[in-house]
Amino acid sequence: MSFISHLINGISLGSVYAIIALGYTMVYGIAKMLNFAHGDVIMIGAYVVFTSMTGMGLNPILSILLSMVVCTVLGVVIERIAYKPLRNAASPLAVLITAIGISYLLQNVALLLFGAGAKTFTNVVTFPSISLAGGKLTITGVTIVTILACIVIMVGLSLFVGKTKPGRAMQAVSEDRGAAQLMGVNVNGTIALTFAIGSALAAIAGVLLCSAYPSLTPYTGAMPGIKAFVAAVFGGIGSIPGAMIGGILLGIIELLSKAYISSQVADAIVFAVLIVVLLIKPTGLFGKNIQEKV
Amino acid sequence: MAMLTVKDLEVYYGVIQALKGISFEVNQGEVIALIGANGAGKTTTLHTLTGLLSSTKGSIIFEDRDITKVPAHKIVEMGIAHVPEGRRIFAELSVYENLMMGAYTRKDKAEIAGTLENVYKRFPRLEERKGQRAGTLSGGEQQMLAMGRALMSHPKLIVMDEPSMGLSPIFVNEIFNIIEEVSAGGTTVLLVEQNAKKALSIADRAYVLETGKIVLEGKADTLMHDDAIKKAYLGE
Ligand SMILES: Nc1ncnc2c1ncn2[C@@H]1O[C@H](COP(=O)(O)OP(=O)(O)O)[C@@H](O)[C@H]1O
Ligand SMILES: [Mg+2]
Repeated sequence: MSFISHLINGISLGSVYAIIALGYTMVYGIAKMLNFAHGDVIMIGAYVVFTSMTGMGLNPILSILLSMVVCTVLGVVIERIAYKPLRNAASPLAVLITAIGISYLLQNVALLLFGAGAKTFTNVVTFPSISLAGGKLTITGVTIVTILACIVIMVGLSLFVGKTKPGRAMQAVSEDRGAAQLMGVNVNGTIALTFAIGSALAAIAGVLLCSAYPSLTPYTGAMPGIKAFVAAVFGGIGSIPGAMIGGILLGIIELLSKAYISSQVADAIVFAVLIVVLLIKPTGLFGKNIQEKV
Repeated sequence: MAMLTVKDLEVYYGVIQALKGISFEVNQGEVIALIGANGAGKTTTLHTLTGLLSSTKGSIIFEDRDITKVPAHKIVEMGIAHVPEGRRIFAELSVYENLMMGAYTRKDKAEIAGTLENVYKRFPRLEERKGQRAGTLSGGEQQMLAMGRALMSHPKLIVMDEPSMGLSPIFVNEIFNIIEEVSAGGTTVLLVEQNAKKALSIADRAYVLETGKIVLEGKADTLMHDDAIKKAYLGE
């Protein structure tokens, strides 16, 4: 029974990684950049929920919506101010370094505003736990909500990308930016939309993460951000189903390693698995073998 | 007044000057060929025309509007469609979705459906394969898709960059037939080709580009019998 319990918790943690990884992978697919500040947007989103609930007494739903709005605006503003001017920079390193800089900036702004002490995240998800197998297996409300949220987001995003006009424009930009422009697609607008969606998802991930692990500090987003990046690479960066599967597998591997091997080396195992996968299939599980254009 | 007037266009890639002040005109209803060897600057010219590259000097006037600084994504709405070199279809999208990307800026669903029907009539193969991923098409079919996609915008002027490149002779003939049909249908054509013989055979007028400069221009019939052209481009 405990194996099933670990497995379900792994799927749940993996669902959070998957939601974060979607932001990484969509931005990479469309803007061709690694947004290393993405994890810190999650942390900002979590602080918004924390502040609006404990400080302003807003109800959870409104707090989450507010957090999504703040993160969306934040993501779009970061893109516009920090990344867009570098879009045609000679070296792709310029934007990568900028992203790392933004990551530190966000962490330090949070440090300034909220202090270094850990805040105990309020319980946002008030869904009841369920008990199975005659009480031997308990699944918490947060776990259920996280997995459901992940499924809803995945389905919604797939429909959006596959069936709507802006979604198809995203696919076109991701394949060939110039050709998409010739069709009349505004690439700047499409990239901004991608950042908006990724950041709104980061807000949701922040709430789910802090509901499961209720200690919030300015560095809360950093490690999950890196893990989600690993998940995105694991699944094949640029691929939406890849981010999903990569995230969930990563969560399962992490929790099973913690349970059966050692909680100290669990992270090391996660990264080791990534290295093995990349050695066998360099493009990740769902990666396409498209050659980079020269 | 010509439909398209390009004047003294200069374009650089970093410090390398690819276009050294070129001027040409395209009149309504014409088929204009722009020929020249590999590296002459043909693709650069078309990319500058549709806003994928920007010029440092010169002007581009289309239907009395200065489009020199208009960004690429606003060009198609003005009536210029670009069939890029190497086709550049969206390999992951279906044939149908590629065609619909061609109609991206159009709003009227009924009109789009009408154009789609015409494109399918012109390219029956595309209709047969409409649900297929575009990346699975053969080279010739992909070229047809690139042309069909451009036609989906219902352009006044269509610019094509080496549509016959890398195709078997049968497909080359088919592509040139289609270009003639498109022209007969009322669309003005600016055709870039290395296959000078074929291009001159369907063009009204032509310009010859050499290392970023126009070195010769005239009626296609005349150029076809020009000794220098015969030697340099027609392999005679
Ligand atoms: N992206 C680029 N960067 C630098 N130089 C380029 C680039 N694209 C083309 N060139 C140079 O510009 C010149 C014109 O190229 P192009 O317009 O592609 O010629 P064509 O289409 O006639 O073969 C060539 O000398 C080519 O090497
Ligand atoms: Mg060329």
